[in-house]
Amino acid sequence: MIWLVLIGVAAGVLGGLLGLGGGVLFVPGLVIVVGLTQHEAEATSLLAIVPVALVGALTQDRYGNVRRTDALRIGVVSIGGVAGGVALANVLSGAVLRTAFALLILLIAAQLVRRTLRQAPVPGAADDGVRGG
Amino acid sequence: MAIGTAAGLFSGLFGVGGGTVIVPLLVLWLGYGEREATGTSLAAIVFIAGVAAAVQGAYGNVHVLDGLLVGLPAAGGVLLGTWLQQRMHARAISLLFAAVLVSSAVELMLQ
Repeated sequence: MIWLVLIGVAAGVLGGLLGLGGGVLFVPGLVIVVGLTQHEAEATSLLAIVPVALVGALTQDRYGNVRRTDALRIGVVSIGGVAGGVALANVLSGAVLRTAFALLILLIAAQLVRRTLRQAPVPGAADDGVRGG
Repeated sequence: MAIGTAAGLFSGLFGVGGGTVIVPLLVLWLGYGEREATGTSLAAIVFIAGVAAAVQGAYGNVHVLDGLLVGLPAAGGVLLGTWLQQRMHARAISLLFAAVLVSSAVELMLQ
C-alpha cells in the first residue's frame, strides 16, 4: 500500500518537474511493483491520471494557458477514439500490450533526450507544466 | 477533430493521458505555443482519462483503491514538482527520467 503512494508521489514530482508523467510511470509501476496485469495497470492508471491532470490543468489555467473551448472539443471528440482504444487493448493479449507499451516508453524516452539536448543549459529553464503523457 | 480521436485512441489503448499525442499536434497543426498546448492538453486529458477509466471499468479492469492511492498523492506530487522545477537543473533530471523509462521498458519485458 505504501508503494502505491510512493509511486504516486514520485510520478507526480517528476511530472511537475519535467512536463511529462502520468501513465508513463504509473503503468510500469503498477505492473512491476504492485503486480497488476498490464490490462489492469493501464485501466487503473487512467483513473489515477484524472486528479493529476486536474491539478495540472487548474494550475495552468491560472497562468492563462488553457484554451477551454478547444480542450472541451478535443475531450468530447475523443470519446469514439477512447472506446476504440479500450476495446483494442482488451482484445490484445497482455504480452502483446506490454511489448507495445515498452516500445512506447522507449520512444518517449528518446523524445525526451532529444528535447533535453536541444535546450540551453540554464538552471531551471526547462519546462512548462504537466503533460499528463 | 483528428486530434481528439487520436488522443482518445492512444489513451484508451495505452492507459496514458494522451498528452504525448495532443501537445505536438496542437503545436504543429493549430499553431499553439508550448505552454498553451500543455495547459489545454491537460484540461482535455481530465475528460479523456475519465471517460477511458469509466470504459475500462465496464470491462472490470480498474482497481479503484489502487488508482486513488496512486493518483491523489501524485496530484500533490505535481505541485511539489512544479515548485522544484524553478529551483533545479531540469536537464539532469530529464536525462535521469529517460534512463528510468528505459529501465522500466526492460523490466516490463521481463515480466
